This record gives sequence, C-alpha cells and structure tokens, in this order.
Amino acid sequence: MRDVAVISFAQETAENDRERNEVEFIIPVVQEAVRASGLARHDIGFTISGSCDYLSGGPFTFVQGLDAAGAWPPVKESHVEMDSAWALYEAWVAIQTGEVDSALIYGFGKSSLTDVHEVFNLQNDPYTVAPLWPSTVNLAALQASALLAGGLDGRDVTERDLAEVVARSRRDALDNPYAIVGEDVDVDTLLARPVTSAPLRDADVAPVTDGSAAIVIAAGDLARDLCERPAWIRGIDHRIDAPHIGTRDLTTCRSARRAGEEAGALQGGFDIAELHAQFSHDELILRNVLGLDGTTINPSGGALGANPLMASGLIRIGEVARRISAGDAGRGLAHATQGACMQQNLVCVLEGE
Amino acid sequence: MGAVRTAVIGVGQTRHVSARHDVSMAGLVREAAVEALEDAGMGFDDIDAVVVGKAPDTFEGVIMPELYLADALGAVGKPLLRVHTAGSVGGSTAIVAAKLVMAGIHKRVLTVSFEKQSESNATWGLSVQMPFSAPLVAGAGGYFAPLIRAYIARSGAPRHIGHLVAVKDRLAALRNPKAHLHLPDIDLKTVEESFLLWDPLRYLDTCPSSDGAMALVVAAEDVADAAPNPAAWIHGTAMRSEPTMFAGRDQVNPQAGKDCAADVYKQAGITNPREDFDCAEIYVPFSWYEPMWLENLGFCAEGDGWKLTEAGATAPDGDIPWNPSGGVLSSNPIGASGMIRFGEVAQQVRERAGDYQVELKTGKALGHAYGGGSQFFSMWVVGRDKPA
Repeated sequence: MRDVAVISFAQETAENDRERNEVEFIIPVVQEAVRASGLARHDIGFTISGSCDYLSGGPFTFVQGLDAAGAWPPVKESHVEMDSAWALYEAWVAIQTGEVDSALIYGFGKSSLTDVHEVFNLQNDPYTVAPLWPSTVNLAALQASALLAGGLDGRDVTERDLAEVVARSRRDALDNPYAIVGEDVDVDTLLARPVTSAPLRDADVAPVTDGSAAIVIAAGDLARDLCERPAWIRGIDHRIDAPHIGTRDLTTCRSARRAGEEAGALQGGFDIAELHAQFSHDELILRNVLGLDGTTINPSGGALGANPLMASGLIRIGEVARRISAGDAGRGLAHATQGACMQQNLVCVLEGE
Repeated sequence: MGAVRTAVIGVGQTRHVSARHDVSMAGLVREAAVEALEDAGMGFDDIDAVVVGKAPDTFEGVIMPELYLADALGAVGKPLLRVHTAGSVGGSTAIVAAKLVMAGIHKRVLTVSFEKQSESNATWGLSVQMPFSAPLVAGAGGYFAPLIRAYIARSGAPRHIGHLVAVKDRLAALRNPKAHLHLPDIDLKTVEESFLLWDPLRYLDTCPSSDGAMALVVAAEDVADAAPNPAAWIHGTAMRSEPTMFAGRDQVNPQAGKDCAADVYKQAGITNPREDFDCAEIYVPFSWYEPMWLENLGFCAEGDGWKLTEAGATAPDGDIPWNPSGGVLSSNPIGASGMIRFGEVAQQVRERAGDYQVELKTGKALGHAYGGGSQFFSMWVVGRDKPA
C-alpha cells in the first residue's frame, strides 16, 4: 500500500441557513482546502464528492457541486451517494492504483431544507418498513431502549450515562467555532429536561445542520513536500450490517467492530477519537466495540455539536487530521456512519510521522 | 494502470422490461448477481466487496437503496460502496470495482447496477425544479434535442440519419433475448411516422424506460486464471467530467469525452479505434448520439460520423459494429445502462455474446457511458488477451 496523508481540511456549518445554497457552501471549503494544500486546483489528480439527492429534493445535487469545485479543463471525477468519508475511501483507492498522487474530496448537504428525520425513513426497506414511517429518531430511540434494557456487555447503561456524553459534548462544542450547539451544562440539568422520544431527550440527538467539508490527500513524498506534518492514513476500512434492525443485536455494532479490526484500530493507543455518534448512545456503543475507553472522545464536540449530513463523517477525519498536523495529537481514530441505527461504518486510523 | 492485472470473469443481467411486477428491487438485483456469480463459478461467500451503482434515488423513491439491498447482495460484513455519477454511473461503478482489484485491496469484487423505473417516472424524476434555479422541466430528451439540432446544423447530416440508427439497433436487439424492445417490423417509415417528441427526435428515436439490473464479477489475475469461463481483461479505464454552466463548453462534442477517450486509448494501445476494436457498446439513448459519439470518440473525423452510420459501418455486419446487443435504444434501466455497455463488450471478447457475437480479430472492444448534460464520461477497453 502507498502511504497517503491528509494534508488540508476545511469545513463550514450553519443552522437553518436561508442565505446560501449548496454551491455557496462548497466554494469556500474547496477554495480553502486547495489553498492550504499548496497544490494548484488542476494539479490535484482526482476529484470526488459525497452528497444525497434527497436532502435537496431533486436529482443530481452533485452536478452543481462539480461546477463549484471547478472542472475545467475536464477532471478525473467521481461521486458517491454516501457520506463523503466514503468518498475519501474511494480517493484513497484511486491513489493506491498508482494512477494519481493526490485527490480533492468534498461533501455537502443542507439538512434544514426538509424534515430530515422524517424523510430519511425512505432509507428503510421500501416494501415492509418505510410504509410504517419510522423516523431516524424513532429507530435510534429503539436502539437506545435496547441498550438501557440490555446493557453493554453485561454493564448496566442508564440515562445518566447518556447525559454524561451529552454534557461533555456540549461543553467541548463551546470551543469549536463550527459547532452550532454548545453549552456549559451538567448532567442533572440535562436529566431534568423532557424526554421527547423515549428514552431520548432533544439534546441526545445531533442538531439538524447545514454544511460542507473538503479535504486534500496526497501520497508519500508529495505529502511530505507540501505539509509540515501530514496526517498519515495508517488504516481505513468500512463494513455494512443487515438492513433490518430485527436481525441485529442493537446493543452492539458488528460492522463498526469489523471495520475497526480491518483498519488496525483495535490495538488502541489513540490520543483522540472523533466518532460520528449522531445520538448519545451511539458513542457508548462505538466506544465499546472499538475499545476506546480512556481515549479522549470527540474533542470537537462531535456530531452532537454539528452534524451536516454527507459532510459529517468527513469532518470527523478532518478534525483528527487537523489535530495531528497541529502537533496536538500523535495518533487518532476517525469514524463515520450512515443508515438506520448505524448500519454502515467506516474507521480510519491516522498518525503523525 | 495499477499493478494488478484485472479481468471480468462473471457477467449477469436480467431481461429488461417496462415493469417487473414479479420481483422487488432486492429480487431484481439478486437475479443479475446470481447469474454473474454462477458464470464466475462463485458464491456470495467468495466475494470480498460489493459496489452498487444507480442513477438518482428519485427514480425509485428510496434513499440510498443499497443500504436496504445489503443482505440481498451478500454484502453483510463486507465493504459496500454506492456510486452515483448520473447516466455514466453504470460505467463508473464498474471502474470503481475494477480499481479495488487493481489497487491490490480485494481479489473478487461483485458490482451491480440497476434501475426499477416502474417504481416512478424517470422524466418526472429528472425534472424536479430545484430551489433558486431556472426551471428546466424537460427530461433528458428535451435537454439533448437542441444539441442534436446543433449537430445537424454543423455537420449537414441528412434528417434520416437518426432514424437509421433507431432501426439498426432495434433489429440488432432481435438477436438479444434480454433486450426490452423486440420490434421485428420496424423500418425507416415506421420511425419517421412515429410521433414527434422533441424535434428532431421521434418516439422511436428514443430509448425505452426499463426495469433491469446488470452484474459483473471483477477479479485479480490469479483468480481470473483459475476461472471456469474465459476472462475479459481490462486494458484501460477512464473517467472525465466537465462543468454544467460554462460558456466555453462545446456540448455537442464535449472535451471531457475526447479527453476520456484519449486516456483510455493510450492505456490500451489504441491508435485507430475503427480498426483496433472489434466492436463497441456506446451509450446512445437518442438515435442521433451514434454519429455524434462516432466523432467525439475519434472513430472518424469531425463532421463525418453520420457518413459511417449511413454507409452501414456500425451495423452488426459492418466493419465496426456499434451496439450489437441493441444498445440503450433497446433496453434502458438508466442506472444499469452504462454497466450493460461495459458488460456486453466483456461478453464479446469472451465470445459469450450468443446470437449477436461479433467476429474477433483484434480481440478488443470499447465500453462507454455518459451522463448529466453530456458532461460525465466513463469508458473501458476490454480484451480477449491479457494486457502487456
């Protein structure tokens, strides 16, 4: 495998932005990531994005995105209808073939244009599950209930455990200019707030966020020449579970565990981990399956601080890479997820030199 | 190209029809996948990763349907990627699968593309007016017709050229039992008399709307050498994209298409495509796109594409058969249509194309797909023999 590193990262988030469309979210992050990479736009070998047509409510959202990213003269380009963390995976594969040495990855989405928790019911089996119209939050609440009832590997899980995740995330989010939710709050205050989708409270759920992110990756010496301290991708893998939640043990996450195993993440030793935990209980499950107890989790505040769908997983990679490049961390884990109750998971291990 | 030689060792596709009421989406994709695996002498357990492609999710009303299809495609516990690059997606998806093998990451990858267009209406699905943008409620035909008129004006092509393609591809489809349209009585007069949709395109100049799926098993050299049936070796892959809104674009003869062809020809050692290929499966959803792509892909000089069509050069018995399977004009499950092109040329060089098999001389063939506003291109060259 060729050594590949993240050499630049930019993000943009907003709550219910009524001023800017998707293109206006993409242009600044692409410009900043390209500028910070030190490469000219057309010296970047491969371009790829991740987005979801149902967020904008029409086909081919990525087509206008390409105009924003710049594609003249014509570029080698692809797109995944997935969180853009998977776009980064495809870009990493393109570099592994030897065909290109660098890639621009970007992801974007305006979740505020729709009732995203309701609309994403359309991810479910269209014949048997979707007609019942469970929202994303409804399904997550089922998973949280399973966790509270069944525990984690024999350890009890309580609503207080969920609130601890929320309190820490909200406090950390105060230091992140890109977080749209942040507050200095204690566990008892959180537990006094109303339960809105039992057993979840509003603060257990990632906020509906508009946003975008862009990353430039490069191989070997090119990365070393361009970046003082590249964040090397030491392992990256992704796995999927069966769609029907009735076939899964919801107190664990087999695909995240398997992706972690294949990415070489299970021996631990991480300074930080950025987990795409869109619900407080997701973090408990992920920490358990990835063996992260003792690691600093989501110093950015995580998805509970800002969760621009289709960019949020890529932001997790960017947040870890940013800290490694700044010298604040030596080794970190980034995670992305999509699908009901964390059906599909990606794990990326990053390290300094 | 990557270090690992890569080949197609399994090809499967459904029959294509207007509406498959007998299967769910899962049933549809599984039909193609099982056929490809049987061809490759494998089961789902042998597969390392799955790559799914389809066009916009508005076509079926399911967001990221590959999530729901994970178990039907045997992907549980494995990596599953979902590609979406507009009309070129079937081709791009096959290329993404091939790269996983070329890069040495996996040895056996199953790739599947599909569209179940009967779940929705494609022209509607393509025509949603986006906020803050000009309404273009035209569908694909309405978008491409002005480009075709520009081509006619530039090249001076006679008006019947498109109709010749419409007849040629439908007659070719009669030899393909899986083609959607079987129109034995079609002739120039029938096409000319079919009703006008978007000048100059008449009803029979356009592709159908189909339910269907295509699947390929792509494998590394050592696996391909041990496969029960012949391999189609991948000699080159390329993708190119250009922007939608750029006044400097030539939408009739796009630069991205020319660049993509030049790249894939260079990888595969193609200097004269008309002579170096035994056949080509090219994305021709509207009849006039045959002469237009003949020029864009360098099979002739600019302005001469219609002359090749008129002379019968692209017919199954011509010197360079284009779309011997019947092409997109005979079957069009949109998200799969590109992969069908890629898979049909694999079948040709494997000499497994049945009644529409072409004679192999060079043993090489070109698969092509395009999408968006003539701005996304994917191509591959496959060969009977291993690349050097």
